[in-house]
This record gives sequence, structure tokens and C-alpha cells, in this order.
Amino acid sequence: MIFTGVVKVDFKNKDIISINDLNKEEIRYILEVVSRVENSDCSQLCKGMILGTLFFEPSTRTRLSFESAMKRLGGSVIGFSGEGSTSRKKGESLYDTIKTVEGYCDVIAMRHPVEGSARLAANSIKIPIINGGDGSNQHPTQTLLDLHTIRKSHGKIEGLTIAMVGDLKYGRTVHSLATAMGLFNATLYFVAPQQLQMPKDILDVLDKKGIKYFLAENITEVIDKVDVLYMTRIQKERFPDPIEYESVKNAYVLKKEMLKNAKQGLKVMHPLPRVNEICEDVDCAEHAHYFQQAHYGIPTRMAVIALLLGVLK
Amino acid sequence: MNSDEIIRGTNHETKNSNDYSEYKQMKLGKVKNGTVIDHIPPELCFRLIKILNLEGYGHVLSSATNLISAKLGKKGMIKISGKFLTEEEVNKVAVVAPNVTMCTVTDYNVSNKIKLSLPREIKKIVNCNNPNCITNVEEVSTHFYVVQESPLNIKCHYCERTIDKEEITLI
Repeated sequence: MIFTGVVKVDFKNKDIISINDLNKEEIRYILEVVSRVENSDCSQLCKGMILGTLFFEPSTRTRLSFESAMKRLGGSVIGFSGEGSTSRKKGESLYDTIKTVEGYCDVIAMRHPVEGSARLAANSIKIPIINGGDGSNQHPTQTLLDLHTIRKSHGKIEGLTIAMVGDLKYGRTVHSLATAMGLFNATLYFVAPQQLQMPKDILDVLDKKGIKYFLAENITEVIDKVDVLYMTRIQKERFPDPIEYESVKNAYVLKKEMLKNAKQGLKVMHPLPRVNEICEDVDCAEHAHYFQQAHYGIPTRMAVIALLLGVLK
Repeated sequence: MNSDEIIRGTNHETKNSNDYSEYKQMKLGKVKNGTVIDHIPPELCFRLIKILNLEGYGHVLSSATNLISAKLGKKGMIKISGKFLTEEEVNKVAVVAPNVTMCTVTDYNVSNKIKLSLPREIKKIVNCNNPNCITNVEEVSTHFYVVQESPLNIKCHYCERTIDKEEITLI
């Protein structure tokens, strides 16, 4: 599966901070390299190189998949998870921490609870930084692996119809994915209770680019129209009134029976962790694709690390 | 424009301030060396004095508001003796009142006249209104990009949050 006319882009020593920094050609090129990584032996590419994983807040999938990706490239990993074991607890600034760690590794994957922290880190040091999530702002490798998943399952990204469901107001994953899918002429359905709908600034961007999107309040309204159903969790704490939450919560829980009108090739995706928004009976449906999606984090992050280190071009 | 410009202003003794036939000419003091800011939207005149920290200014400062302007209808003007604005101050003015005219006066003559325009990037002038932005958590100077000039919309370089004109707070 090859994009036609992919233009080669030199990512050596660059940073991956926000999906908004990447244009369509750059995304297409990264995805092309992800496919190359999947189909070749990369086990010695990063031999002697070190990835620093600076996870200032807990993470399961992102941190482990970054570590696994670097090890599969033949490199090694140093790092920490949670601030408790670092000098941050003693009051060290992010700038000082990052300037110090710069000397210990060749590339850094960082997660931090404060928005803009990854950009600050990238501005402060010379080695490449990969943003593994900065507060509710950006998580670009999640978007890249989502795009890779869609491309693998449908053979293309261009022109697909995708519904994003759940907390669209606060979910960074859906913000980035909506913007990125817009580059590929997707048709978008945003399925959420009114108070958790896609923020106006994201809709404004889509309007400016002429991207077709529709707002909906119920999964069943869109299930027969879409190629991808991208589920996210609705958090109870987002609702000031618990009664209001109780009244809407079931509309955003996917049950197997709801898939009976789905297109044959529909894939259900989720950035995980799920809580109760996808019933377990969906797991055995042919449409379920969320665990596969999580596994695609490995080749995606391998490609990103290898590109930034300049070992793949 | 000579700094000793005669400007037409409202006559305070006029009973009906909307009766424009009753204008008298009013003079703002000469500036020997300093800065003149003209074509200020009247409602922003006092705000500019505040953001330029001119409230306790030790030299001659004259300002007038609700002056008649052929172009704007009404306008404000500020004359500051003995002060040339820094680039940072000029950018602050541009964010609040992007269409004013700014003149540098040297020895009573206008030595430089510029029509302000918004810079593409706004650094160290505007606060990010996202409390969880790194600029509000650590010692980091703010940095914004102008997304749209009218109505003004700017985007934080760090947290990517966009801010409309009415939400902007200056540092």
C-alpha cells in the first residue's frame, strides 16, 4: 500500500510537537516510512543510541510503546515515569531538567501535564523532542498511529467518513485527528452531547478549509454512514449536574447490537483506556479495531524515532 | 504634520455637545522631542496611557479625546514630551489600537511618521489566558501568532490556545 507521489522530507533533528506543525505531505511521508518499518528489519538501526522517556505524569501505552519502539530499533532507553522520583519535586524547572537530560540521550519522548511544555522543551535543546502529550493540548504520535490504523484498515485515508464520539470538547485526540483528517478530504461527524461538542476554534479551522462536517447527538444517527467510528470516553466530572450525565451517558456507549446497520468495513477505534464506552461484546465483532490500533503505536513510533535520528530517510 | 498642530476639539462651554457647529479650536502643547500618537479610537485613549505606564509620567503629557476627525468621526490624541517609545511599547500600542498613527518628533518637527500595523508575532506583551499554559506555570515569556487581524485573534506559540480581542489581557 503506497501513497502515490510521496515527497521525501528530511526530519533529521526536527521535533514532533503538534500535528498542526505537519502538512499533508509530511504526514504522508511519515506514514510511508511507518509502512517501510513494518516490512523491513530495523533491529540494528539505532544501535548505540539512547531514547530518554521523560514522563512527568503516568502513562501506560504511550511510554511502553515508545520504549518498545526504541528497543526494536536496537537502541536503549533511560527515563522516569511520574515526578516523584525526579528533581522536579525539589522545585527544579522544566527548562533545567530538560537541559540536563539533553546530555544523556539522543532523542527525548516527553509527557507533561502542562500545555505548551513540549514546545518549551523543544525550544530549549538541540536534540529532537517527541511530544507524548502536553496536558490537553497535543499528542501527535497518537494521531499518526490513528492515521496509520485507518490507512491499514481501509487502504486509504482520502475521502473517508469518520464519526468521533464522546467528549469532543476536552479530548485532545479528537481535536488533532479532526484537523488531520481534514487534510485528507474526510467527511466528519461529531457525535456528542451539546455541552461536550467540538470546540468552535476547531470548527472554524474546518470551515476555513472547506471540510464537510456534521454535528449529531446519537451514535445510531450516523452508524450506517461512516467508515470509522472513533470512540472516546465521556467523563462524569465534566458535567456540573450528575442528573444531566445520567440522562446522556447511554447514548455514548457502544453495544454490539448497535452495529447491525453498520457498513461492512466499519472499524471501531478508541485511543484507550476505555472504561465503559465500548461494551465487551463489541470486542469479538469484526468491526473492533482498538487493540490493533494500540499495537500500531510501535511501528509508528519506530518510524518517528528513526526519522528524527536520521537513520531512516 | 508639525507638532504644534492646531486641532479642532469640543468646546466645553457648548451646551449641546452634539452641535458640531459650535467647535472652537483647541491647542495641545508643543512637543520639542518626543512622541505623538494620533487617530486613536476615543475609547482607547486612556487605556493607551495606562498600558504605556504614563499615568505617573514626570514630563509634559497632553491628551485629548473626542476630537473631530474627518476619517474616524471622533478620535483621541496623546503627545508625550521627552519620550521615544521602545519597540515593545509600539507593539503594545499596535495590539490594542492597531490603526493609530505614531510620530516621532525631533526639535519640534516630525522626524518619523508610521501607521501602525500588527506584528505577525506578539512577544512578551499579552498574557495567555489558559491557566495551564507553561507561560503561566514557569518563567517563560509569552509568544503569540496573529491568526486573524480583524477581528483580532491570536494563537499561543506554546499551548496553541486561541484568544479573541476581547479576551486579551496585557502583561
